[in-house]
Amino acid sequence: MKKSANIAHNAAPAIALLFLLFLWEFGVRFYEIKPWILPGPVKVLSSLIKEHNLLLMHTGITLFEALTGFLLAVILAFITAFLLTHVEWLNRAFYPLLIISQTVPLIVLAVLFTLWFGWGLTPKIIIVVLVCFFPVTINFIEGINSVDPDQVHLFRSMGANKWTIFRLVKLPSALPAFFSGLRIAATYSIMAAVIGEWLGAQKGLGYFMTLKQKSFAIDEVLAAVFIICLMSFLLVKAVDFLEYIMLPWNRINENGKY
Amino acid sequence: MSKVQVIEICKTLDQLYTLDNISLTLNPQECVVILGPSGCGKSTLFNIISGLIKPDKGKIIIDGQDYTGKTGRVGYMQQKDLLLPFRTVLDNIALPLVVKGESLKQARNKAKSYLSEFGLVGFENYYPRQLSGGMRQRAALLRTYLFASDIMLLDEPFAALDAITRHKMQLWLINLRSQYNPSILFITHDIEEALLLGDRIYVFSPLPARIIGEFNVKGLSEPEKNKYKKKIIELL
Repeated sequence: MKKSANIAHNAAPAIALLFLLFLWEFGVRFYEIKPWILPGPVKVLSSLIKEHNLLLMHTGITLFEALTGFLLAVILAFITAFLLTHVEWLNRAFYPLLIISQTVPLIVLAVLFTLWFGWGLTPKIIIVVLVCFFPVTINFIEGINSVDPDQVHLFRSMGANKWTIFRLVKLPSALPAFFSGLRIAATYSIMAAVIGEWLGAQKGLGYFMTLKQKSFAIDEVLAAVFIICLMSFLLVKAVDFLEYIMLPWNRINENGKY
Repeated sequence: MSKVQVIEICKTLDQLYTLDNISLTLNPQECVVILGPSGCGKSTLFNIISGLIKPDKGKIIIDGQDYTGKTGRVGYMQQKDLLLPFRTVLDNIALPLVVKGESLKQARNKAKSYLSEFGLVGFENYYPRQLSGGMRQRAALLRTYLFASDIMLLDEPFAALDAITRHKMQLWLINLRSQYNPSILFITHDIEEALLLGDRIYVFSPLPARIIGEFNVKGLSEPEKNKYKKKIIELL
């Protein structure tokens, strides 16, 4: 009884998705909508299969940009968070700038980056870095600052220096918050790479979509959209898995059981 | 020679005159209780003895050496267990030794040999969240003891526990003292606890904290202790 209820519980989103896809397919056929306006999911799927070689090549490029940018952003975020939480004047000088930097319209920057760095991968990676950097940094800083000060005092009373305290107390305490930021960054990373490509590129899913959109091959555009969704989803799941592995103590619930 | 000497300590904290000329001594293997109302600056005194903050005036002498403003000499335990939630019980106990420069393996082995005495056998690989409040305090106490077995500062260590567990822990601490003979400075605002555990009691006034009484209660019988209880209540 309980098990079957559990399966129904987990299957609910899949059933809802199937229902919506069915509605879409049905609507497109019933109202005889032209495929260059809106193709049905069956047509999208068949284009996905037909063009899989080309799509795979572009996907590889986009994934490379997204992952490289993501990793660079995490490294930068780590260093920034450490400095801002340990050097008071740096924090006072740069924390407000960090917040204000989020008001700059990124899409304009993306255009400028293409102007400055050309049509290659560099400007896309920079955009991904800029997009992913903020959520990771802010969450990490929050995590480090929310460590119980008494906990820090205890280790100071033992004669531990700043680095030891960071390594043994602050860093592990901040990891759950760090992973929250990582999860947000993971969802943004693929999209950021695609936006970069959309504004000027010779490869990648964003480039593929602009090309196909101009020739009204909406089914292929949507096939690319499907891949983007799938990649973002898998990336988030990868972050979840990493968190599960790295924070075994976080799996214990309130009752003290796994 | 006395283990710890607190000499004429004065401290103003956040523009609040907190400690007014506090002098006290802790002799080897003695349990000295500091008794006073809540928020009277007792914890500030511990922060000064442990070296976390510097006094405005006065000195801390440990084993004849000046330790004013120097950390890393005494074991310090608070009301909160302050166990790291992301480390197992064993690692929590061992970490202070790692801070002191031992390898984690060495520190774990040392910690293991004390587990049974502290009632933690079988729980060494649990996370703190999985333990009861009393067990967590025992783990915190073992951590304190392993870091500095000779001088332990205990700041209301049992205050957050329920009455039954608290009483068990008090009896257990008495038993522990007879085995390991540490020198203990113990803060409490509970007169019963002070009389049960202490060899000597210093009574602190409300802010700014001053010592308004010192009682030697070592080895006294129940009725005699009751007399002291009345005296202390009158003082406060």
